[in-house]
Amino acid sequence: MPTQVPWLIFLIPFISFLLIGLVLRPFLNKRPLIGGYVTIGAVGISFGLSLWLLSAVIAAPGHVLPVDDIEWALIGNLSIHIGVLVDSLTAVMVIVVTFVSLMVQIYSQGYMKGDAGYLRYYAFMSLFTACMLGLVLADNILFMFVFWEGVGLGSYLLIGFWFHKPSAANAAKKAFIVTRLGDFGFLAAILVLYAQTGTFDTESLYKIVATGALAGTTLTWVAIGIFSGAAGKSAQFPLHVWLPDAMEGPTPVSALIHAATMVAAGVFLVARFYPMFEHSQEAMLIVGIIGGFTAIFAASMGLVMNDIKRVLAYSTISQLGFMMVGLGVGSVAIGIFHLFTHAFFKALLFLGSGSVNHGTGTFDMRLMGGLRKAMPWTYITFVIGSLSLAGIWPLSGFWSKDEIMVVAFDNQPAIFALCIVAVFMTAFYMFRAVFMTFHGEYRGGAQPEHGGHGDAHSHGPHESPMVMVIPLVVLAVLAVCAGWVNVTGLFNLFMGESEVQEIGFATSFFGVLSHPLPLISLAIALLGILLAYAMYCAKWISPEKIGNVFKPIYIMLSHKYWMDELYENVIVKTILYNGIFKWMAMFDSSVVDGTVNGAAQGTAAAGGVLRKLQTGQTQLYVISIAIGAIAIVACLYLFS
Amino acid sequence: MFSVGLDQYLILSAVLFCIGLFGVLTQRNVIKVIMCLEIMLNAVNIALIAFSQYITPVTLTGQVFAIFVMVVAAAEVAVGIAIIFTVYRNRESVDIENFNILKW
Repeated sequence: MPTQVPWLIFLIPFISFLLIGLVLRPFLNKRPLIGGYVTIGAVGISFGLSLWLLSAVIAAPGHVLPVDDIEWALIGNLSIHIGVLVDSLTAVMVIVVTFVSLMVQIYSQGYMKGDAGYLRYYAFMSLFTACMLGLVLADNILFMFVFWEGVGLGSYLLIGFWFHKPSAANAAKKAFIVTRLGDFGFLAAILVLYAQTGTFDTESLYKIVATGALAGTTLTWVAIGIFSGAAGKSAQFPLHVWLPDAMEGPTPVSALIHAATMVAAGVFLVARFYPMFEHSQEAMLIVGIIGGFTAIFAASMGLVMNDIKRVLAYSTISQLGFMMVGLGVGSVAIGIFHLFTHAFFKALLFLGSGSVNHGTGTFDMRLMGGLRKAMPWTYITFVIGSLSLAGIWPLSGFWSKDEIMVVAFDNQPAIFALCIVAVFMTAFYMFRAVFMTFHGEYRGGAQPEHGGHGDAHSHGPHESPMVMVIPLVVLAVLAVCAGWVNVTGLFNLFMGESEVQEIGFATSFFGVLSHPLPLISLAIALLGILLAYAMYCAKWISPEKIGNVFKPIYIMLSHKYWMDELYENVIVKTILYNGIFKWMAMFDSSVVDGTVNGAAQGTAAAGGVLRKLQTGQTQLYVISIAIGAIAIVACLYLFS
Repeated sequence: MFSVGLDQYLILSAVLFCIGLFGVLTQRNVIKVIMCLEIMLNAVNIALIAFSQYITPVTLTGQVFAIFVMVVAAAEVAVGIAIIFTVYRNRESVDIENFNILKW
């Protein structure tokens, strides 16, 4: 494989961004479809190259490909290189990113059709994908940070894509600012790492950590700093608040953010710097605890949401918690495997919800219902995605979630307990969404929000065009099969784990059901589905009654634990605005301004006194000069 | 009879300088003030030429410098008289105590 391939994987989408932004949008704005084709072509080529890269990495010894780097800048003794690091983690991530992005781009052709910002949309999509690929491929922490912020920028632009809506503009700002809080920790960790080791290079850092040159408290703080960056991007508690609001962006953007790019970046970052976490028990424990808590915390809020995209958003946060648990108590392979399978079924679910929105014009599940007949393809694929997310055997979600549960049970039973509750909730809220959306009677819908095709919808819900259905079907197939690559531990082996089960595919495929633990989680998931069926489809139990019985809990959940209010009113308004900032403003206006203004006033006052010497009497001045001259002469005479 | 030497020239110069300075400080008429200034300048010229004659007789630097002083004095008088004319047209006075608007 030529060494240019990994570079091209990143550069082609970036060139597509430049092409659309600099050439197509100024000169060919009348023919927006070209922009879509350019992006799809670029991401498609990247995907093809990623497959090539994957095959090369599989064949390479140790699953690492050496690629030369280029010196980018030399500042004093500080030499900054740009280069790509190609190992199994990179190979898996580029596949996930390019594939999901490709599906989303194809789907967007239908979803964004007729939108005034069609070209802008595809330009941003290219940029977003390119930045994520750059982050995945970069071989030093400095450039990872550059692309890390690039991903943040892409998400900002896309979440606020419909910037004329104040809610979208605010959501974009919120996403940017909240993730920036986490990035502060990441940047601090980079600086500490450089101060301690003198290098930015990832592989050199691995070696330094492996030799124990960097250990103890410093290492723990570095790991926590990196994790705080990851928690911001991956929406871990307490920085999760931006993700549900990010639903204001176009739905394919949500799919991309939730499946492959933005939120996966955090999990990837922890996986990339996993050696640092491995050598610090405390950091691992923090990752595990935050992950486990986020999993159950977000899932509980997903239970009561009425907006289908918000249900999915909380489900993403919850699943990211699972990934963090997989990393915190298990290994890179387990966490990344869940990221890998999750990418497919979560992209599927989001695209499915976009398809539902396309058909009904709303995201509010209370206005849907009965779409099963009108949108059969969307229905089938959405159910497959939900089953996979709920962790039902033998779909892909089962395999990855099962591994996390097993390692959590072995290492941290408390986190396992959190996870098992989260599994129940996941199954419940996903099927609540399925039953509310697709079963029962159609409850009206609403006028479509996104532009251009209002009249076509007055006759009720309808199936989406083929260009949207095909990505759904492809993703549904992967939502079923993607987990099978690790049935015999092949994925773990590829990611550098040593243990391989020496039993055949079929044996472990069915044999997993003979172990108690997978059976328990499977049973709990089925229980969740059953409860959802009882409440929202068969109506054996009235949801309103349950809501009334647990009214305080229901109110707390539907207010999202008042986290937004906590941030908005308590932290921002009370502590920052009325507390720290007020004091700072006072310090600024009295002490800082006081010093400057005081100096000016003092000078003016002194001038007011001294100017009285200017009498306007010329002869007085001459006398002064004469006396001065005489005094100088006298001094010279007396003292020399 | 005593011979005239450097000391005598310097005494003459100092006396003239003091007369000029006294006039500059005490006279109210601007014309007189300028005339006294001229006396001061000429006192300096006498000193310069005396030094040149008695200390560096070959190079004549003092004489040359005195010519420069005269040139400057001529220019100064021209400008000074012009200023006085303008002020007189505005204030109808050549009394230096009335020339006091450039104060605080």
